[in-house]
Amino acid sequence: MAHGPAKGISRWLFTTNHKDIGTMYLWFSFAMFLMGGVFALVIRAELFEPGLQIVQPEFFNQMTTMHGLVMVFGAVMPAFVGLANWMVPMMIGAPDMALPRMNNWSFWILPFAFAMLASTLLMEGGAPNFGWTFYAPLSTTYAPPSVTFFIFAVHIMGASSIMGSINIIATILNMRAPGMTFMKMPLFVWTWLITAYLLIAVMPVLAGVVTMMLMDIHFGTSFFDAAGGGDPVLFQHVFWFFGHPEVYIMILPAFGVVSQIIPTFARKPLFGYASMVYATSSIAFLSFIVWAHHMFTVGMPVAGELFFMYATMLIAVPTGVKVFNWVTTMFKGSMTFETPMLFSLAFVVLFTIGGFSGLMLAIAPADFQYHDTYFVVAHFHYVLVPGAIFSITAAVYYWLPKWCGRMYDETMGKTHFWLAFLGLNLTFFPMHFVGLAGMPRRIPDYALQFADFNMIASVGAFLFGAAQILFLYNVIATIKKGKPATDEVWENPEGLEWTVASPAPYHTFTTPPQVK
Amino acid sequence: MTDSVQKSILATALRLSGVVVAMFVFAVYIMPPMYDLFCEITGLNGKTGGQYQATDAKVDESRWVTVQFLATNNENMPWSFKPALTSIKVHPGEEVEVRYLAVNPTSANMVGQAVPSVVPFKAADYFHKTECFCFNQQILPAGQQAELPLRFIVDLDLPQQITTITLSYTLFDVTERTTTNLVSSL
Repeated sequence: MAHGPAKGISRWLFTTNHKDIGTMYLWFSFAMFLMGGVFALVIRAELFEPGLQIVQPEFFNQMTTMHGLVMVFGAVMPAFVGLANWMVPMMIGAPDMALPRMNNWSFWILPFAFAMLASTLLMEGGAPNFGWTFYAPLSTTYAPPSVTFFIFAVHIMGASSIMGSINIIATILNMRAPGMTFMKMPLFVWTWLITAYLLIAVMPVLAGVVTMMLMDIHFGTSFFDAAGGGDPVLFQHVFWFFGHPEVYIMILPAFGVVSQIIPTFARKPLFGYASMVYATSSIAFLSFIVWAHHMFTVGMPVAGELFFMYATMLIAVPTGVKVFNWVTTMFKGSMTFETPMLFSLAFVVLFTIGGFSGLMLAIAPADFQYHDTYFVVAHFHYVLVPGAIFSITAAVYYWLPKWCGRMYDETMGKTHFWLAFLGLNLTFFPMHFVGLAGMPRRIPDYALQFADFNMIASVGAFLFGAAQILFLYNVIATIKKGKPATDEVWENPEGLEWTVASPAPYHTFTTPPQVK
Repeated sequence: MTDSVQKSILATALRLSGVVVAMFVFAVYIMPPMYDLFCEITGLNGKTGGQYQATDAKVDESRWVTVQFLATNNENMPWSFKPALTSIKVHPGEEVEVRYLAVNPTSANMVGQAVPSVVPFKAADYFHKTECFCFNQQILPAGQQAELPLRFIVDLDLPQQITTITLSYTLFDVTERTTTNLVSSL
């Protein structure tokens, strides 16, 4: 096992090393993040002023759809899988992932899936234009011909996620170092274990729903077509049965990352470790019984509305436990504010704001007013951008010195943070106001009274985009010429990953460590 | 890695693959029938049942229920489609026949399919059709018209607070999805 990485491109094509695959996942997701970001900037540029200036409505719809799909399936999910690949084996004292060859495969089918998805932009009839939720019959009867490529791309992404999850679960269940009991596992490992189970449960449902679409479009079935005895509302039920756990798939690993970082910079152990584990499991369980809160307006019996309303509000309890634990971890700690900590603090504050607007949306009678407005856009961007994106960014700053053995530039990191923080709030906070005032989502033009807030949002979006270029520069500069990092990197950080050298050797823990 | 670890990894992977297959089957083969069953039990979405066998139940002549008839064409359906009567007063238990009128003004033979829906949803379980054009696809040659019959009974057990039932038909153009020889055989 003493051999190092192969030379040249074959190292990356044929690698079965969890660190190489983790690196590729992270770079791929960053590329997708930039692509999805460009789509978002097209949207914001068009919405800078009322009226149609830059793009036609047809293309605008393709942009909202592609932005959502690329960010969810291309940026956030692969980034977390990349972090899991890098960190899970190192955190549990395993030499590699359990199924290394499958690991290689699950990464390498992703570029093909997204190449196919992106190619629909050049096809006749354009890219998918029905929103990332692809409700039937918009995505069946009225879809552009490219929808078939979209379906196939989703199948491949799903296969990749499923294989990645099987690998992560098999690693965590079977390859922990001696003495690493379940309740000694770092929280990032715990949250990923639960996330992987969610993925295994719902990605096949996503595959199922796109398969039903495919059959309706090409093989004459009528799952979602009323003329043949089907029901378009069935689509929404099946989709959100996948879709709601999916949003927790994008946030649970973020909880794990933040639970690793805050104790390090507060210099106190995490408060309420066991309650964190139970809270994460409860959130995962509840995610399966709240899906219809996305569809309060389709015409449900009052009993249904009430059930889904109360079940949704119940999620605030375990989430509140988590926020309480993070705050209590910091309480009377010797806090310092390095870049990973800044991103984690912003995560706690802004994710909580997103959680509260979620509670507002959970109130079924009020939801009829908020449904499909910019208030919803503000809500889910507040949970996904400072939630998923900020935690991924925090994780990169936190572990980058361990990965490449060099320290990033702290000033540049802090500048990145403040630009991103400002840009994010400028972009998404005004959306609450225009949404409450009635601006619908997914429209290329709007009434004049929304003009000022939209202009502010567009300025913020470009600021946020510029901050990410600074991030890219900082990471490349660190890898090329950063100051050497110590093995511990931070002051007494907790965890096995800090016991190996910086940069982490190509093979770690070939003899398992003893965990006390 | 020892052989026993290798074995348990494989076992875990196989178990999880089983879950994946089961969830796919659940989504495609179990969720849609479950949803239909759920709608049938709750009357959700106003879906009405299939053909009803009339029994010699008595008629409640002390009570009147207004039944309203609506007709809607789905998107590009070019037929003229309307009820002969827009509303009728019936006694619960009484079997009533009404007609819808359909005209195919185009120069092509076409096939239509009407899909019924009842509001209030609670009434869907108490509205029985003993004969309905919606049970079959309607073939209408170019330029022809047809009277489409509907026989129904309002159930005696219809909740007291319901005094009006609205029956709505949406007419879909299913010419393309029906086999071509069916149309050309006209």
